[in-house]
Amino acid sequence: MIEVKHLQKHYGANEVLKDIDLTVDKGDVVVLVGPSGCGKSTFLRCLNMLEEPDGGEVWFKDTQINAPRTDINSVRRKVGMVFQHFNLFPHMTVKKNITFAPVRLGLMKQEEADRRAMELLERIGLADKADTYPGMLSGGQKQRIAIVRALAMDPEVLLFDEPTSALDPEMVGEVLELMKELARGGMTMLCVTHEMGFAREVANRIIFIDEGVVKVDKPPKEFFANPGNERLANFLSKVL
Amino acid sequence: MELYERLAALARAGEKLPFWQEFYFKFFQAFLVNDRWLQYLEGVGTTLTVTAIALALGIVFGCVVAVVRVAHDQQRPGHKNPVLGFFNGVCLVYTTVIRGTPMMVQMLIMGLVVFASSRNFTVVGALALSINSGAYVSEIIRGGIMAVDAGQREAGRSLGLNYITTMVYIIVPQALRAVLPALGNEFIILLKDTSLITIIGGKELLYAAQGIYGRTYEQMFPLFGIAVIYLVLVMFFTWLLGKLERRLAQSDRG
Repeated sequence: MIEVKHLQKHYGANEVLKDIDLTVDKGDVVVLVGPSGCGKSTFLRCLNMLEEPDGGEVWFKDTQINAPRTDINSVRRKVGMVFQHFNLFPHMTVKKNITFAPVRLGLMKQEEADRRAMELLERIGLADKADTYPGMLSGGQKQRIAIVRALAMDPEVLLFDEPTSALDPEMVGEVLELMKELARGGMTMLCVTHEMGFAREVANRIIFIDEGVVKVDKPPKEFFANPGNERLANFLSKVL
Repeated sequence: MELYERLAALARAGEKLPFWQEFYFKFFQAFLVNDRWLQYLEGVGTTLTVTAIALALGIVFGCVVAVVRVAHDQQRPGHKNPVLGFFNGVCLVYTTVIRGTPMMVQMLIMGLVVFASSRNFTVVGALALSINSGAYVSEIIRGGIMAVDAGQREAGRSLGLNYITTMVYIIVPQALRAVLPALGNEFIILLKDTSLITIIGGKELLYAAQGIYGRTYEQMFPLFGIAVIYLVLVMFFTWLLGKLERRLAQSDRG
């Protein structure tokens, strides 16, 4: 579903991503880990062109998304993103946050979008918050609504950029729970996270990025039991 | 009224009136005779209308200029759009010229050169004020747009919304809200600057005062009178803006 070939990205002289190759299939739940500053987030943001790669190719299904003629907006509709800092729109109600893009893009009528939003909110137990503003919500609630906002577009892939890093510890659980539910439902997901428990439990592949390349790409069991890479072993000894 | 007539007759006869009688006479003459207060009232009406038009248009101009300039500055290096570059140039010239020349000169140019054949002085004056205000408002709004968290733009774009939609529906509303105090200040400046349209014949509050002291040859009362009216208007709107700000601040909390 996503294919990345020789992806490169640098900021000035700082080469963040040197040569990344990765293929993600439908239904994959891929967790990206690595030391801070290794380019995990940058890589994730290259997948929907929030960062523009300096070299290589990024393919989504049969579209090369970093080709100059590609309509990136239509790709982004199918590639949802969840941010570390939620980035809900503070001047819109929760329901409006969820329905704005699908209605604006003509994918749904307002009533239909409202109904769908309420269904989704019902599912995460926040239907009573539909008409409040994001400012009134806790971090965990905000992030779950941000996930719902991405889901309302009916994406084929969801990208999570450290979705629990800005949360108070007691709220991490509710967000991870929702993410697990999505994974079980067959959603294709790429997730940058420091939640090793989540990675172990939900991912079918864990990827270790270091020095701008994919160093390890293994199923969780093997990833933790047999890292096969000195720097990964070192990294794991620090985070576990 | 009778008293006024008597005092007027005395004054015409060249009699020196005691202070209070003179005060009473001049006050009457400046505000009440021939229903002159109506002229002030009309002046206030025009002042407020012109302020409202100028503010509304100023914000529209300001938003457009601000968005063009931000859009131009946010382009990735090496991907400059020549059309945008052109409009950015136009906007730069606009803000530079407007902010670099006196309001009074702009007003005269608009009234006596650009729209020399127009008799609708008030509208021309309002337009001149809008164009002036737009240049300042654009800088205020540009600051507001740049102060909105970059994550908001990323969130909008990642949902598949295009640049313009993201700007208009997500970034600019937040920017406007953030710069509301500064816009309130601009509104108050505009309210007072409306007095400048008098110079090209706009029938505003100052114009009313000038008309009256042109007849009575008594300048103090009409001028102090309108000064007080401006002051009261400004104080009222300052109070109102403060209230609005507190309301917005309240709904932001939580």
